[in-house]
Amino acid sequence: MKFFSEENLELADVIISRYPKPRSAMIPLLHLAQEQVGWVTDDAMAEIAELVGTTSAEVLGTCSFYEMFKRHQVGTYVINICATMSCALMGAEELMEHAERRLGVKAGGTTADGMFTIEGAECQAACTEAPCLQVNYRHRYRVTPDEFDSIIDELSSTDHNVPDHGVLSQIRQHIPEDRFVGAVPPGDVASAPVWMHDEGVD
Amino acid sequence: MTEMGGTPIPHAPGFVANDTPRIVTARFDYEDSHTLERYEATGGYRGLRKALERTPEEVQTQVRDATLLGRGGAGFPAGVKWGFCPPGVWPRYLVVNGDESEPGTYKDRLLMELDPHQLIEGCLIACYAVGLSQCFLYIRGEMAVAQERVARALNDAYSAGYIGKNILDTEFSVDIILHWGAGAYVVGEETALIESLEGNRGMPRLKPPYFPASIGLYGQPTIVNNVETLSNLPWILEHGVEAFTGIGTESSPGTRMVAVSGHVQRPGVYEIVNGTTTFRDLLYSKEMCGGIRDDNQLKAFVPGGGSAPWFTADQLDLPFEASQVGPQGSMLGSGAIMVMDETTDIPAAALTLTKFYAHESCGKCVPCREGGTWLEQILRRVVDGRGTPRDLELLIEVGETICPGDFPHAAIPSKGIEAVPFPYRMTTICFVGPSAFAPIHSALTLFREEFEAKVAGNENRTMIEVAVDVR
Repeated sequence: MKFFSEENLELADVIISRYPKPRSAMIPLLHLAQEQVGWVTDDAMAEIAELVGTTSAEVLGTCSFYEMFKRHQVGTYVINICATMSCALMGAEELMEHAERRLGVKAGGTTADGMFTIEGAECQAACTEAPCLQVNYRHRYRVTPDEFDSIIDELSSTDHNVPDHGVLSQIRQHIPEDRFVGAVPPGDVASAPVWMHDEGVD
Repeated sequence: MTEMGGTPIPHAPGFVANDTPRIVTARFDYEDSHTLERYEATGGYRGLRKALERTPEEVQTQVRDATLLGRGGAGFPAGVKWGFCPPGVWPRYLVVNGDESEPGTYKDRLLMELDPHQLIEGCLIACYAVGLSQCFLYIRGEMAVAQERVARALNDAYSAGYIGKNILDTEFSVDIILHWGAGAYVVGEETALIESLEGNRGMPRLKPPYFPASIGLYGQPTIVNNVETLSNLPWILEHGVEAFTGIGTESSPGTRMVAVSGHVQRPGVYEIVNGTTTFRDLLYSKEMCGGIRDDNQLKAFVPGGGSAPWFTADQLDLPFEASQVGPQGSMLGSGAIMVMDETTDIPAAALTLTKFYAHESCGKCVPCREGGTWLEQILRRVVDGRGTPRDLELLIEVGETICPGDFPHAAIPSKGIEAVPFPYRMTTICFVGPSAFAPIHSALTLFREEFEAKVAGNENRTMIEVAVDVR
């Protein structure tokens, strides 16, 4: 069964064309699949396998290695609360306890209305602003329990700009056709690029 | 700004300006620092133009002479790394390591969100100098805003003729492809990064070869450079080698970005002078962190990211200079300093790091896969008060399976503890395994009494009692 929408299928072809080997597009395509429905389905992995010329098992192998790929439905908003050292020193444990109380689920769980999933997370590169969390991989800094409540209120309203889970960058890379050098399989390149002239660098 | 609807989310806070020279953070004060307009108005792409006036060989020599040390963790000179490409083997690739995820490290994300064009210009200079025919800019998956900022910058730079075919009407042509990960700390290791870019599970490759410059992406010569390292290149090309080596010391020139987090008055990301700035300057000066919070005493600090052995007040006067920090038992790593004051429960703090590395083990090497989890379990029961004195020996025993021999640690003269120099020996392919042990070893060596207090009274508990007492 086909998974990708027509628009995303076109996009998948563009993404694949940027790599010397199609398999390199595997992670971007898994993200694209997750963007389409919020998680990575078996159908999506089967179609990605076809697109990059491998088997579904290989795609599952890659997919299952990475934390961000969800192989089951998660909340519209995935809230990752950092628990690594800097955040732990600044009150991450209390924040997680508060979050679990407020949403009525344990870390890893999703609220009954399908809105929120909370997860314990590892260092998010915002250590000076501890404790921090991410909503769908967008940071919130120095989060107090009160502030956690207002983040939940904000996300429950329509007045916010956090896209649904699965959408990462809201800006895509466009390469104008007349400027694209193009990706060549490594075996098809035998000589130095033109600007290296006499290979004098070596 | 966004093309898929909604308004952008504000970028990262954290940077604190001070009066040291600013090489990579010079534009951070502008609200529109990430735009092409601002970049061009403040000298942007001038370094690239200068590079294109020279031969690739001249540019390579310049970067080698600048002694630009890699800012990702290992501190290897970028120019020397470039020189490891075997002659006559083509194509060669550039992979930008933007997978910043070492505990405490927070600088590459700032550089990508606040000055993406500077990074792009650095990539172009590297590609020109070494003859790299394609560049893959690998950004950590969990950094949505950085991905947006870099995507927009790439789109603008392509349209303006800075990237792609015949850059600035020369014969230099290169694509920069935006690529992003999906959540795996180990992918920051350069051979794991390459595996991930090939569409595989992100597991480090066996060494040798030690450098992907000889065998890397698709088996071809590949340069892997950190975001901050590449962001230095435009400045070096524009201002020259002497201006760069005039800052800092001969062996550690220029500046570097450091993130100070934890129990200081003013946590923040600072650009400091390399080689001369000391930990005391950084943690206690009014211009920077302003001392320990609530006027408390400093208990310990992690000097170079979660993998680094810990320091105490005895090492505060060491400068940011690898040749001095190494013999004292630790490393500068990725410029991440995590500060613990006197109120810190040391075994519990060590557990937050060991848990991280145990969780992030990729599973390829047994000592790390099994040992990391063991270390976490044993340390957890010690922290919870369920452990026995035997557990403290067990921690060392498991750790020595990952790192045989003397593990590096700092000196505490008042306790008669002498330093063991960095680095360590290891039974794993990469540093994730040793990193799970590093916090435990430091904490146990420097603050053994805190561990003993936690297991006191449990001397007669049998292993079975300990094992079934799961809370």
